[in-house]
Amino acid sequence: MMASTYNAKDEDGHITVAGPGGGTLRSRKPENTAFKQQRLPAWQPILTAGTVLPAFFVIGLIFIPIGIGLYVTSNNIKEFEIDYTGVDMSSPCFNCSQNFSWNSTRPCTCSIPFYLDQPYESNVFMYYGLSNFYQNHRRYVKSRDDSQLNGDSEALTKPSKECEPYAFHDNKPIAPCGAIANSMFNDSLELFYNDPNGTKVQIHLMKTGIAWWTDKHVKFRNPGGNNPNLTVAFQGTTKPVNWRKPVYELDSDQENDGFINEDFIVWMRTAALPTFRKLYRIIQKKKDMVLTLPRGNYTLEVVYNYPVRSFEGRKRMILSTISWMGGKNPFLGIAYITVGSVCFFLGVVLLIIHHKYGNRNNSADISN
Amino acid sequence: DREYNEKFQYASNCIMTSKYNIITFLPVNLFEQFQEVANTYFLFLLILQLIPQISSLSWFTTIVPLALVLSITAVKDATDDYFRHKSDNQVNNRQSQVLIRGSLQNEKWMNVRVGDIIKLENNQFVAADLLLLSSSEPHGLCYIETAELDGETNMKVRQSVSVTSELGDPNNLASFDGEVVCEPPNNKLDRFCGTLYWREKKYTLTNQNMLLRGCVLRNTEACYGLVIFAGPDTKLMQNSGRTKFKRTSIDRLMNTLVLWIFGFLVCMGVILAVGNAVWEREVGSLFQSYLPWDPPVDNFLFSAFLSFWSYVIILNTVVPISLYVSVEVIRLGHSYFINWDQQMFCSQCNTAAEARTTTLNEELGQVEYIFSDKTGTLTQNIMSFNKCSINGQTYGEVTDPLGPQQKKLDFTPFNPLADPDFCFYDDTLLESVKVGDLHTHEFFRVLSLCHTVMSEEKSEGELVYKAQSPDEGALVTAARNFGFVFRSRTPGTITTTEMGQTVTYSLLAILDFNNIRKRMSVIVRSPEGRIRLYCKGADTVLLERLHPCNQELMNITSDHLNEYAADGLRTLALAYRDLSEDEWEAWSESHRCADKATDCREDRLAAAYEEIEQDMMLLGATAIEDKLQEGVPETIAILSLANIKIWVLTGDKQETAVNIGYSCKMLTDDMTEVFIISGHTVQSVRQELRSGGGKKLRCPPPPPHPPPPPPPASPPPASPSPPSNLMDNISGEFALVINGHSLAHALEADMEGEFVSTACACKAVICCRVTPLQKAQVVELIKKHKKAVTLAVGDGANDVSMIKSAHIGVGISGQEGIQAVLASDYSFSQFRFLQRLLLVHGRWSYLRMCRFLCYFFYKNFAFTMVHFWFGFFCGFSAQTVYDQYFITLYNIVYTSLPVLAMGIFDQDVPDQRSLEYPKLYEPGQLNLLFNKREFFICITQGIYTSVVLFFVPYAVFYFYLTVLLPCTKRTPLFSLPVQTLFRIFPNQFHFVGSAQSTLLQPVVWLTIALATAICIVPVLAFRFLKLDLKPQLSDTVRKNKLRQKKRKMVGRNGRLGARSGSRRSGYAFAHQEGFGELITSGKNMRLSSLALATFASKHSSSWIDTLQHSTSMNNGFVND
Repeated sequence: MMASTYNAKDEDGHITVAGPGGGTLRSRKPENTAFKQQRLPAWQPILTAGTVLPAFFVIGLIFIPIGIGLYVTSNNIKEFEIDYTGVDMSSPCFNCSQNFSWNSTRPCTCSIPFYLDQPYESNVFMYYGLSNFYQNHRRYVKSRDDSQLNGDSEALTKPSKECEPYAFHDNKPIAPCGAIANSMFNDSLELFYNDPNGTKVQIHLMKTGIAWWTDKHVKFRNPGGNNPNLTVAFQGTTKPVNWRKPVYELDSDQENDGFINEDFIVWMRTAALPTFRKLYRIIQKKKDMVLTLPRGNYTLEVVYNYPVRSFEGRKRMILSTISWMGGKNPFLGIAYITVGSVCFFLGVVLLIIHHKYGNRNNSADISN
Repeated sequence: DREYNEKFQYASNCIMTSKYNIITFLPVNLFEQFQEVANTYFLFLLILQLIPQISSLSWFTTIVPLALVLSITAVKDATDDYFRHKSDNQVNNRQSQVLIRGSLQNEKWMNVRVGDIIKLENNQFVAADLLLLSSSEPHGLCYIETAELDGETNMKVRQSVSVTSELGDPNNLASFDGEVVCEPPNNKLDRFCGTLYWREKKYTLTNQNMLLRGCVLRNTEACYGLVIFAGPDTKLMQNSGRTKFKRTSIDRLMNTLVLWIFGFLVCMGVILAVGNAVWEREVGSLFQSYLPWDPPVDNFLFSAFLSFWSYVIILNTVVPISLYVSVEVIRLGHSYFINWDQQMFCSQCNTAAEARTTTLNEELGQVEYIFSDKTGTLTQNIMSFNKCSINGQTYGEVTDPLGPQQKKLDFTPFNPLADPDFCFYDDTLLESVKVGDLHTHEFFRVLSLCHTVMSEEKSEGELVYKAQSPDEGALVTAARNFGFVFRSRTPGTITTTEMGQTVTYSLLAILDFNNIRKRMSVIVRSPEGRIRLYCKGADTVLLERLHPCNQELMNITSDHLNEYAADGLRTLALAYRDLSEDEWEAWSESHRCADKATDCREDRLAAAYEEIEQDMMLLGATAIEDKLQEGVPETIAILSLANIKIWVLTGDKQETAVNIGYSCKMLTDDMTEVFIISGHTVQSVRQELRSGGGKKLRCPPPPPHPPPPPPPASPPPASPSPPSNLMDNISGEFALVINGHSLAHALEADMEGEFVSTACACKAVICCRVTPLQKAQVVELIKKHKKAVTLAVGDGANDVSMIKSAHIGVGISGQEGIQAVLASDYSFSQFRFLQRLLLVHGRWSYLRMCRFLCYFFYKNFAFTMVHFWFGFFCGFSAQTVYDQYFITLYNIVYTSLPVLAMGIFDQDVPDQRSLEYPKLYEPGQLNLLFNKREFFICITQGIYTSVVLFFVPYAVFYFYLTVLLPCTKRTPLFSLPVQTLFRIFPNQFHFVGSAQSTLLQPVVWLTIALATAICIVPVLAFRFLKLDLKPQLSDTVRKNKLRQKKRKMVGRNGRLGARSGSRRSGYAFAHQEGFGELITSGKNMRLSSLALATFASKHSSSWIDTLQHSTSMNNGFVND
């Protein structure tokens, strides 16, 4: 009884402040609004045992199943990785990696055999991976001209200063300018399936659909509007120093040539970490076949153009399937399981502490 | 004679308070703003960013916030200045009548020159500092109101030098060619020294002859004045100096921390620069085929140097500009809340509380010492004539306070001029007047003659008195009601109506009151030709100057005076002295001589006064009641429960002060001892202090052994406390009362420390008979020795020095004008509002500011340190993780509202609770919520968060196929406008399409959830443990509220039966003794119900537990 009457008083306490101020005199009494009197409704979480401990258990209970799900999904993803840098004497690419010069006209090729011990179903994604390659260096990241890449004709002939020292070559503007474009990955990789009957079957690799839609259709555009003749559009520019062919000869397909070449777009999206993978090709599942890549022997044919040994880099080729959560990623699953278990454990520990010490302490505090 | 005065190049009367004009505004304002270190720092950053090799962020990341801050400040300055211009113009263009070549011409104020003669009319503002030459009123008198100068609304009299007052009309004045020699311009409003040379004669000029700029002429038709000081030389302008800028301790701490953070920033910059040097040498040099070094940067050392500056730019977000802006905004918000608080609004005077300074709010939550004036602050400063002692007979005693209400005396049949509001209950005094007792008559005659009250008679019998002090008004009103009506005065006469007959006395001299003399006298010649000196003054000074034959009467009267003082009344003694014609002549000559002296004139005058105020005959004494303000004892009780020490500094006599102390509950009967220090010499003061200290030494503050043996000389009123009550009786139960002259000794350098240590060990300190200067000295002393936050509260001009020197000055807008309010930081009209200001607003402000700072530093460290970690993976190249728009807008858009909302609105406990549990105030005093330790905790937490924010995505992406910049997960969700924007500025919007592409990936969301959980879980666990095992008082209060609500619910559910009888009547919070008093007073009903609630929950813990569980599952949290 007492408590309830008191509470009613408590809530009314503020509102029943004296009525309107003194008659004719303009009252300077502040307005009685919830805002001005600081009585805005508020939510005040109090960390009591009743709220915190269940929260811990709930977090634990939610995280552990998610983690298990993630872990299982990740484990079902098949991934194959092969390093073809050619550091070892035994490696087939050793020769190519040793006697390399940017100007050599004759491409160096090497082929690496490998064995897939598992068949790959559904679409398989083929990546190239580079290590120790600082695509996230500040000077590297800013060395590009987005206006030029967006098809701006003025920027095409006058590349931004950020592109230096890859803005002009022989007094001609470079298209595409900048260090990122100049260092574009230009090994070409081809995959062959060695049929048990001895024939070598080339596997069809899809070049398109590997870049973001927005990049392909918004961010990157060829100069000269809809002019189909890219040679004309790029008139007056020169190719990047390291490139073998100009940008308008990247592909024979009109839709995949020039700045909107998808290999180029993928390369231009700089990686955040010095060890990275970039999507190279997609191996689509054929309608009539169950397996995209059956188990067996394969050969990777590499046209070795891209030197990485000078900075102790590594080049890899990765084959992987994907799931709803993307590629293989054991970390996320493990992390979820760990955090969930830690929460659960903490919940138990806190419960014990609360039961043993907290309660007594609290009541003592109050009855004193 | 303008031409002659031109030669001296006196200041013109044009005033300029504005700082800028249209042309100078931009450069001057910018120059002033860049004097702030923070602004300069950001300008420096901006310059760094313009260097392409260094710039890791584009320039707009700094210029946007900087421009925002600068322009807001500039707009504020500009509007302020615009209004100043407007008021300047208005003032400068006011018209005044100037006498030029014998005729009056209208001139603008700004064209008035020194030496001009100005005609002023009634209710006009005085244009410059004038020497009053003549006035329309007789004797060259004129009346002014000085509200703009000192805030006092009563009228003051000015009188012209008698020779010039005869120069009535403009023609005479035009030929006036006197020369004034005076002191240089200064800011002393009440002092002027000068000499007028005219027709080969010297005339002294005093403040009495001056009309100062800013005054308003009242009750005077017109007057003429000679301009002495103009424009910036006037006393008004000389006084409008800048007030001292006060800073809070949080401010100072914040500045130190900001410096530390700068140091930290430099350290990180150095680490990363070293890293850069190593990387460029080991890796970068090999990587040159893909990423050549910039042409000017040809070696790794230079690269490292540049990288250092780049990192300084990137990491500068640990101390963004918005910190300073947000702090100001929050303080402004708190100030508005104070202004808006209805519970600090006084409906009688129609004034709300006002925060006049917006920079001190959080310090209100840390106050440890309150220095309070007594008069007008603790008391209402409304005086009522209550008792008197005439010739050894005391009147006005209420014989039986419990009996039926005594009838108020009705004076009207006896005296038609009586003031109907006057209350007096003892009819014996009236009888004595009617009978015609000589002493009684003489007593009231003194009251009706010896004063400086001005009277105004609107119509016959309707007298209005304008008194300089309420005491005087009360005394003159008393005399009026007892048949000695003061009617009017001229400089030479006083007209009274004595028992119905009009009598005019010629006034020979007024020996004015001042603080040192503490008395005033008049010398009058009665119509019969008798010369008499009437004197009234403080009993101590007056009783020393009595004729020896008064010894017996003096003893009786002293007894009465002591009685009165014990009742908390203000006393004055009255005396007279008959003067012979010769005595008067002789004295008047010496007085004139002293009056004319140019050097040490005041000292000489005082000596002359001293000479004649001797051998007086005692008439009696008066006692005036000084009413306490509403709610004072309760406020003081609550404030002292909040561990705030209250010192009363008053000009009143010791007994009165002690008495007010008792009636305010500052001094209580159960105090162990009240030390009274009233020694007159250094030695005696020292000894008294020592003895006081010694007694306390015998009883060290937390005494493990019995209480001190009661000193035999003065046994404490309460019986020695039994050991069980020992804890209740620790350190605080002493009080110190110190006298003005003792204080003067105690404040000397060698005794300072001793005084402070003794005084601070006492629960209450009362300093009486202190001068305004001493008040300020005491405040300074505590500031110096205790490093505590001090608050001074006062209402009168004598408190201004104290208000200005304390950390926080509070002005009570009361009876004594508004000078104190003008000097104060906060003002309101009732002392009791102080508890709300401190315990509610101060506490909240402190709490909010602390939480705001913690949150702010946390969020910025969490944000910025990510770049530090990323440095290790990007070749220490100062590449940013986030998009630069995100960096630019992070502080001013994305995160500003949450911190601001918390900083402005957060309440940990509702306002009633903080008044109920004054102990909640303590964390502020101990500076617990934001100090270096808390700061480091925040920083550590911030760094932890940054580690999680960086390494969790790092780990995810390390294994993950699609490589994304981690920042993309933070880019805002506006894809369409971005695409449009991208078409316009392709170079600026790199992140086009990132949002669509990344936010569709479930992994991104899973990563966000994971990182959030990892960030929050440890903190949650830690806080829960802290709360569970070592709850703060505020937590317990909140928890109890929760419990209470549940109990309420229990009551509704009808499950209240489980309450078994408990014999304990404990309170929920018995942290403090003396709390019971509050509770038993009935105000704390809620507290006891709380306690009951606790028992219920304790005794039936099993079901309450289940209930707790179910309710917490149902509502989760309780709506506040």
